[in-house]
Amino acid sequence: MPKLLASAYKELLLLTRDIGGLAVLFLMPLLLVIVITTVQDGSFKTIKQNKIDILLVDKDKGEVSQTIHDNLRTSDMFNIIEQSNENEAQKLIQNGKYQLAIILPENLSNDLNLKIAENVDGILAKFGVDESEDLPGTIQIEPKEVKLFFDPATQFSFRNAIKSGINQMVSKIETKSIYKAFQEEISEDSNEEIFDTESFIIFKEIIPNSGKEAMIPNSTQHNIPAWSLFAIFFIILPLSINMVKEKNQGTFVRLRTHPVSYATVLGGKAIVFLLVSLIQFALMLVVGIFLFPLIDLPQLNISGRLPLLFVVALFAGLAAVGLGLLLGTIAKSQEQSAPFGATFVVILAAIGGVWVPVFAMPQLMQTLSNLSPMNWGLNAFYDVFLRNVGFIEILPEIGLLTLFFIATTFIAIIYYKRKNAV
Amino acid sequence: MIQINNLSKKYKDTDFYSVKKLNLNINEGEIFGLLGPNGAGKTTLISMLSSLLKPTSGSFSINKLTYSENQKELKQLIGTVPQEYALYPTLTALENLMYFGSMYGVKKPLLKEEIYTHLEILGLSKFSHQKIKTFSGGMKRRINLIAGILHKPKVLFLDEPTVGVDVQSRNAIIKHLEKLNKNGTTIIYTSHHLNEAEEFCTRVAIIDHGSIVVKGEPKELINDQQGAKHLEDVFLSLTGKALRDYA
Repeated sequence: MPKLLASAYKELLLLTRDIGGLAVLFLMPLLLVIVITTVQDGSFKTIKQNKIDILLVDKDKGEVSQTIHDNLRTSDMFNIIEQSNENEAQKLIQNGKYQLAIILPENLSNDLNLKIAENVDGILAKFGVDESEDLPGTIQIEPKEVKLFFDPATQFSFRNAIKSGINQMVSKIETKSIYKAFQEEISEDSNEEIFDTESFIIFKEIIPNSGKEAMIPNSTQHNIPAWSLFAIFFIILPLSINMVKEKNQGTFVRLRTHPVSYATVLGGKAIVFLLVSLIQFALMLVVGIFLFPLIDLPQLNISGRLPLLFVVALFAGLAAVGLGLLLGTIAKSQEQSAPFGATFVVILAAIGGVWVPVFAMPQLMQTLSNLSPMNWGLNAFYDVFLRNVGFIEILPEIGLLTLFFIATTFIAIIYYKRKNAV
Repeated sequence: MIQINNLSKKYKDTDFYSVKKLNLNINEGEIFGLLGPNGAGKTTLISMLSSLLKPTSGSFSINKLTYSENQKELKQLIGTVPQEYALYPTLTALENLMYFGSMYGVKKPLLKEEIYTHLEILGLSKFSHQKIKTFSGGMKRRINLIAGILHKPKVLFLDEPTVGVDVQSRNAIIKHLEKLNKNGTTIIYTSHHLNEAEEFCTRVAIIDHGSIVVKGEPKELINDQQGAKHLEDVFLSLTGKALRDYA
């Protein structure tokens, strides 16, 4: 025990003597979480508050195009810029000046009305309702194409959202036109409202909760756990560099001649770096609670969850420390440990669901994400932060994190013993 | 005290033995010098004896203990002073020594007393709270020595403990080692300073190409070599004047 404590004390001294390194260790993760949350919150606000400029080429100039025009305008998402030439619009999109151009084809209104009238007449004739004796001959009406030009730089999700929105709008116009055609055929009074054209099925978003206080997810509630975890795992960099440095300084060689086990040496490092990761996490929470509201970001809500959050942070920190100890044991130089450590953490974060939710990943990646300790940590954080669960529910995740720590540390010790057997 | 039998070491990716079937007995209380040109195998031998390298073949025991069977006891018995400084530059002299002393299991009050005694003898007590990175080469060498002797080892291995230091520092180190030896520590050291070894050692072995060329008391070796006045003459006549460069 005294050797372990002396080892931890030495690590603490080494850390505190490097003020610059210490500042980087604590400030960079804070900067990261502030920047990421601001960017994500900003993008969200951009869509909601700042209108996106879009080009509209209206070759139809009819009732349908006017409805599309009105709907786009009232959606509050777009600022419509009329453009008469399709080629010119395409060029502007290619140049990246605008992100989207909508081309409404010629005779869209006319052909849509004709097609609907033809269909309605056909249906009414079947029921023997149509009074007209002579049905006009069937005219071949080609389906109309609304072209959407996207800036290649726009993201897939943005394109999908726009396509789905336009599709919904066109469907609504078609439905309304059908109702209108029926009304004109059936009723003598064109102002009489026979059909209720408003949507019958509406959506209501409900966040389930187990009888406890409901938590409204926002960019902060998602970002703080995700990026705290990312920062906690970044501890493997300073930890592995610290170990490589000791090898290069010769102090590690000297220690090998001492009657002290490698587990004790690693234990000292683990205690201090675990403490560092917990301080990092505490600072993240402080920033989320106190700083975010001051810079117009949603405030972090941790009410009643603090102890459980620290339990998750502790076990995530253990897993990160285990990985750092293993990397530091195997790496021979800082050129090996630093780039590998940084890249590996980014990979773990990517497959762990820090950037893209796991459910949105391809099947192979979803399977792989089950192997990422960051995924276990993130699930545990989300369980506590957003699903408001208790200790029992997070046991599987913290169990996996503990096993990961034990496995990585055990491998490090075995590797060291095999490498330095005498 | 130390019995070495047919000890060999061949590094990976080399086609020669750094230490080749070496046999040697070192008695308790001796100051034994391992001398030889660069690449002769001195550091390799001392590294094997201090548990830093695994021999390719052969065996050795220290006080009848072996690393394979009594690693912890043996490590407690020996002290090692490596050639490089092997200290934490951002920690003070006291912090470095407290740490390495603790790793030998020396209890805190005794350890502090021991540290200050050695610092006083080696003229470093007023620098105890200064960071190692501010120390001169000679000061670092002296701290490096203290770090290896805080647990009062029975056997002390020193790899070129006086390399790159001024005469004053060298004198202080040698005097301190002589004192330790008088108090019962067996000393095995490597050096390129042949005059120092001639004065300091009770016995020396000249090693070349991984094998012992000659061993004995310095005076005895000088007398046995025709025309030799100093150990350096014996050394040059046995190992030759050709430069020893190893890449």
